Amino acid sequence: MVYVMIKELSPSADEVIIVTSSLMKDMTSKTDMYRANAIRVLCRITDGTLLTQIERYLKQAIVDKNPVVASAALVSGIHLLQTNPEIVKRWSNEVQEAVQSRAALVQFHALALLHQVRQNDRLAVNKLVSSLTRGSVRSPIAQCLLIRYTSQVIRESANNTQTGDRPFYDFLEGCLRHKAEMVIFEAARAITELNGVTSRELTPAITVLQLFLSSFKPVLRFAAVRTLNKVAMTHPMAVTNCNIDMESLISDQNRSIATLAITTLLKTGNESSVDRLMKQITNFMSDIADEFKIVVVEAIRSLCLKFPLKHRSLMNFLSNILREEGGFEYKKAIVDSIVILIRDIPEAKETGLLHLCEFIEDCEFTYLSTQILHFLGIEGPKTSDPSKYIRYIYNRMHLENATVWAGAVSTLAKFGAMVDGLKPHVFVLLRRCLFDTDEVRDRATLYLNTLGGDGAVVETGADVKEFLFGSLDIPLMNLENSLKNYEPSEKPFDISSVPKEVKIQPLAEKKAPGKKPTGLGAPPPSPSSTVDAYEKLLSSIPEFANFGKLFKSSPPVELTEAETEYAVNVVKHIFDGHVVFQYNCTNTIPEQLLENVIVIVDASEAEEFAEVASKPLRSLPYDSPGQTFVAFQKPDGVPAVGKFSNMLRFIVKEVDPSTGVAEDDGVEDEYQLEDLEVVAADYMLKVGVSNFRNAWESMGADFERVDEYGLGPRDSLAEAVNAVVDLLGMQPCEGTEVVSPNSRSHTCLLSGVYIGNVKVLVRLQFGLDGPKDVAMKLAVRSEDETVSDAIHEIVASG
Amino acid sequence: MLIETKHGSCPSIRNILLLDSEGNRVAVKYYSDDWLTNSAKEAFEKALFSKTQKTNARTEAEIAMFENHIIVYKFVQDLHFFVTGAEGENELILVTVLQGFFDAVGLLLRGTVEKKEALENLDLILLCLDEIVDGGIILETDASAIAGKVASHSVYEAAPLSEQTITHALATAREHLARSLLK
Repeated sequence: MVYVMIKELSPSADEVIIVTSSLMKDMTSKTDMYRANAIRVLCRITDGTLLTQIERYLKQAIVDKNPVVASAALVSGIHLLQTNPEIVKRWSNEVQEAVQSRAALVQFHALALLHQVRQNDRLAVNKLVSSLTRGSVRSPIAQCLLIRYTSQVIRESANNTQTGDRPFYDFLEGCLRHKAEMVIFEAARAITELNGVTSRELTPAITVLQLFLSSFKPVLRFAAVRTLNKVAMTHPMAVTNCNIDMESLISDQNRSIATLAITTLLKTGNESSVDRLMKQITNFMSDIADEFKIVVVEAIRSLCLKFPLKHRSLMNFLSNILREEGGFEYKKAIVDSIVILIRDIPEAKETGLLHLCEFIEDCEFTYLSTQILHFLGIEGPKTSDPSKYIRYIYNRMHLENATVWAGAVSTLAKFGAMVDGLKPHVFVLLRRCLFDTDEVRDRATLYLNTLGGDGAVVETGADVKEFLFGSLDIPLMNLENSLKNYEPSEKPFDISSVPKEVKIQPLAEKKAPGKKPTGLGAPPPSPSSTVDAYEKLLSSIPEFANFGKLFKSSPPVELTEAETEYAVNVVKHIFDGHVVFQYNCTNTIPEQLLENVIVIVDASEAEEFAEVASKPLRSLPYDSPGQTFVAFQKPDGVPAVGKFSNMLRFIVKEVDPSTGVAEDDGVEDEYQLEDLEVVAADYMLKVGVSNFRNAWESMGADFERVDEYGLGPRDSLAEAVNAVVDLLGMQPCEGTEVVSPNSRSHTCLLSGVYIGNVKVLVRLQFGLDGPKDVAMKLAVRSEDETVSDAIHEIVASG
Repeated sequence: MLIETKHGSCPSIRNILLLDSEGNRVAVKYYSDDWLTNSAKEAFEKALFSKTQKTNARTEAEIAMFENHIIVYKFVQDLHFFVTGAEGENELILVTVLQGFFDAVGLLLRGTVEKKEALENLDLILLCLDEIVDGGIILETDASAIAGKVASHSVYEAAPLSEQTITHALATAREHLARSLLK
């Protein structure tokens, strides 16, 4: 008992010198039990140094005649392998001897320890397994271990040999006839889990599992059903023989067994058995808990997709269970399944929609009602007789709650817009809504006006449809922020100015407004997107205020190396007719204070640019960043490019670090910065589209330009793709910037907005021509042909 | 300390529980890091108990899946025995451990397997748990061997147990105890 106590307390070795010495005495005592327990306790509380002292005894214990002692030592060895592997590895000889022991469990423990020690050495494991499969293994549990190691060996050697039978497969098959059930089951499971197993190899295993299915022990039935369920996912044909037995399991006492049986049957069923299965399941569903029900619903959905002709009975089943009691998750799963079935099986659409309509009459979950109404709005107008659904939708407007009313009005309006014949009727209904509550009234008014309130059967304009029912591509957060920043003025709020990218990080670039020279007035408040910050910043500087709207700001480009005295990076702001360079400077020298910091820019290599203004930074103390600006004029609307070399010029004053007071005199100094370039990509805003194909089709081919280029030898396809994407500066859509490894070709879809607010879409097709050469086909569509040409120019010259 | 049992290595036990007919603990032992705090352990026991309460596990061992574990269990009188293993574990090995524990307790309590007896002989039950599984690794599954080891703990003077029957060993233990109390 004392041993148990010590183990529970598990103190560290230095605390228990006394205990350890008495335990060590116990290790050599005559009583076997004391020896065994002392070993176990010591190994639990020992550390490396103590271990070397007792190692001798442990080695003796492993080969002790008494199995209890040997087992204790071996099991302790397995635990010690985690902390002191080198010491345990020295015992290999003794452990090897123990593997041959006559005592059943000693062999088991020795086998486990030996495998742990040698598991990284594939050859050693192979040898171990071969010797034991031919020898005798004395306990069922050791046999199970051996089966597991054998499957590991098979798995690893499968990569090398492809010929004929696997090694050791005969051993596994032989185990299927062992006396102990646990061995039979372990072998069957191992066979079913082999990589790429064939039906021929599976047959004996499945036969055995089938026998287990009808055992009186629930554990056996459960084990068999679970394994067969897994097999049915990959080899449904192999499991069909067991179907009869499994059908009887549906009424099993143990609900887990019953659910597993049903889901397996659903995977392996064929068309004729579906009806019979449905009948049995209906009785079954009321017995099981929600979580099981969801599993069954999903299995039914996959079954229906496999056998579309059976959609009627399966859809009936789904709508029946939808009407019964159930939680939100469960009903949501059913609704989702019905929606998927409607979408994928055209014949099921009418019945499916009707089922859904009947459901919303009685649904207690607002979320589901609105989801169904929205879906009705999309699919309903496309059916042969949409007027059927109007009654259901209209009913929703008077019952339930506000969210559902709003959804119902929108759906009604959609019907009116898409189905011209229904328009007059819809208008009558909408007009009745004008006397209703807020949500309904406002929406009804909007729809009535935009759809043409005279009630005539007219074709609804395409843009009206787009306006009312097109998807809003803008993330909600950005819209909210832009609305907050918008100040009421003469100019209406421009929705296209809302940035479409979602800014994941909050502003890392927030300038320190307080340090600004006093000429700027109140520092700008903290808006929540970088673009807004720049806009505010620039518009608050009087010289730049009349440049117009900021088109794009590039990310900061470093103009100095890391760890230099002054760290400077530049942000390029592109306006229609001007470019402003914002230099963010940081002084990293505590003993210096910089004043009158400006950047002298040499634009001799950028002919189209002319400097118009610059804003110096009055003071730049240690470790507080500041900005200085230089503005250039450029021809309006032309994407001019050029190279600029920069020099930082300032007056430096020494600062006494202890007092922080600067001297009065300063010295003029200069600091060379790196050059910066304005490239074509700077004129392109990265704007993604959610559905590239739709956008491509709707853009039209009027201004399409297609051309082919050879990109020459490249490191890899991915490198070529990235290079072109960077050059163009456009946003990759739908994840097409990721190139799968080892592929010989790739298509990349890009979208963006060019200066002048021109939407551009680009489709790039890359192919590996020969070992390293990459060829590319570029197709550009935009709203302006000069822009399409410009894109090609960029690529041609880049 | 628990061995990392990846697929294809040593079968390991996550916990063994002995609860009463209301779900309260009689004797438990955890071998896994899945339940680090005592409150986590108690929550697990309560949830497991309520899930298996209504099933009938008296004649044959029953099995259930719960929170990504496999649990085999058996009920007798007012005691509930549970053994938990990983999701991919061989269920039959778990049942062997359960059966070993169950029968060993039966032997140690000399046939009256009920809560009162168990609480009075809690030391025997704890020793029993210790002898079945060591840190998650199965030590012994044969009930008589387990009971033998437990009984031999209570003997102060060693005599090879294999020559004595269990009851004799327990009687010797009682004698020793009485003698030491009287000293």
